[in-house]
Amino acid sequence: MAYTEKVIAHFEQPRNVGSFEAEEMNVGTGVVGAPECGDVMKLQLKINPQTEVIEDAKFKTFGCGSAIASSSYVTELVKGKTVAEAFEIKNTQIVAELSLPPVKIHCSVLAEDAIKAAVADWRDQGSTKKDAA
Amino acid sequence: MERDPIYMDNQATTPVDPRVIEAMVPFLGEIYGNAASRNHAFGWAAEEAVDRGRSQIAGLVGARPKEIIFTSGATESDNLAIKGVAEFYADKGNHIITAVTEHKAVLDTCQALERANLAEVTYLPVDQYGRVDVDDVKKAIQDNTVLISLMYANNEIGTLHPVRAIGKLAKERGILFHCDATQGVGKVPVNVDEDGIDLMSMSAHKIYGPKGCGALYVRSRGPRVRLRAQVHGGGHERGMRSGTLNVAGIVGFGKACELCGQELEAEAGRLISLRQRLHDGLTENLEEVYLNGHPTERIPGNLNLSFSYVEGESFLMGLNREIALSSGSACTSATLEPSYVLKALGVGEELAHTSIRFGLGRFNTEEDVDYVIRRVSEVVVRLREMSPLYEMAKEGIDLKSVQWKT
Ligand SMILES: Cc1ncc(COP(=O)(O)O)c(C=O)c1O
Repeated sequence: MAYTEKVIAHFEQPRNVGSFEAEEMNVGTGVVGAPECGDVMKLQLKINPQTEVIEDAKFKTFGCGSAIASSSYVTELVKGKTVAEAFEIKNTQIVAELSLPPVKIHCSVLAEDAIKAAVADWRDQGSTKKDAA
Repeated sequence: MERDPIYMDNQATTPVDPRVIEAMVPFLGEIYGNAASRNHAFGWAAEEAVDRGRSQIAGLVGARPKEIIFTSGATESDNLAIKGVAEFYADKGNHIITAVTEHKAVLDTCQALERANLAEVTYLPVDQYGRVDVDDVKKAIQDNTVLISLMYANNEIGTLHPVRAIGKLAKERGILFHCDATQGVGKVPVNVDEDGIDLMSMSAHKIYGPKGCGALYVRSRGPRVRLRAQVHGGGHERGMRSGTLNVAGIVGFGKACELCGQELEAEAGRLISLRQRLHDGLTENLEEVYLNGHPTERIPGNLNLSFSYVEGESFLMGLNREIALSSGSACTSATLEPSYVLKALGVGEELAHTSIRFGLGRFNTEEDVDYVIRRVSEVVVRLREMSPLYEMAKEGIDLKSVQWKT
């Protein structure tokens, strides 16, 4: 399979690879996919609790080049957006940016799911903290 | 980039040996006769070349030249053998025994026969190394079994089946034995008589010959095997496969067989030591690298490894401008399913996605191997740094206990 230039660029120089320190506050973590399916994405969003702006994002991905590129692109896309705006991101946007072929659409779906899972995790932490208080 | 890409995917296909090309060239140019033209020198020259090719091919596998039926490749040979036998011997029975790790050319042919109600097929399981158990074959035999179709060596994992024992069993029970020896011929000693093979598929492009040229060996005595033709026409190849012969291809196929025969022993030794060097080098540099297939009962040029936590397609993408390899990962296939061969061995799907096939061949050198060790190690380290699974495993999380969100 020939890859598009953008997929190659993200694959060769992925943006924001890594993990936040465990102590880091206000980080939502989404892990989606499964090893048996050949794709696992971990997306972490650092969110300002006052403004709900995503201030930083990091990812780690086990998966094909398109899965890595999709998650790399998503970290760039969400930074500076509010949680509400990030929630609006659709996988089709990722498909368009990276020109993913039909067999790779599932990578973009996974990346969209990762955003939702990370935000949900962040919200859960907020509610448990509120519950505790 | 400082060096030419390295081709290490020799189970997919092989480069044509320059000596083969040299032998073929006249038959692409000045010698253009039809081997079936009996009435002039142009035809005779072509026929003579075809006869020589046939003898060279037969010679490599201990067959008689007239038992070699030319086809377009092993896919067609598999189709002809299985459909041809099933149709010809329909009165005798319709049961076929094969195994789950066969090439698709065998499996899909069997399934097509089942769909058409022309056969009933038993698909035998394999052990953790990819070998069928001869006892399982024995137990699967029914009164109406007409054919056992098992490969010599597997194309993904290189595992050799206990062919001789299967051949012996088939003979004792009066059942025909078809062997897809596409990956075995020219790599390990194959002898149709000693191995007890009645029909055997071969392909030129896996042994440094041209693409689009193959053969089916069809035993002529002890027993004489009959077939229903699948390609009808002018009655070439004793009526078993019509069509004007691919003279240049056959000349190349013949030369390729001759060279394999001459060099087989030395080349097998050389490839086994390259394979060992590659395996040792990678396992020295990297942890959690697992061998797929049998440690010793495999063709010399095949090494199939799983690199935990690194998905196969991304692995290949990290190398694909420099090194040509192949993966059992789903992402490299159209189906999104990981390798059915690895699955049959009981390799977990998560490890199947991380499998890489190194296909060493005649033109690979020790220098190539060292370069591959270095680059593969770098890519695996980089991708593991990027892998959430590696991170989790390092943190002591048992990946099997995780509830994955799919
Ligand atoms: C075991 C086996 N059988 C059959 C084939 C098909 O051969 P061909 O490409 O000559 O049709 C191959 C190669 O892909 C193979 O490895």
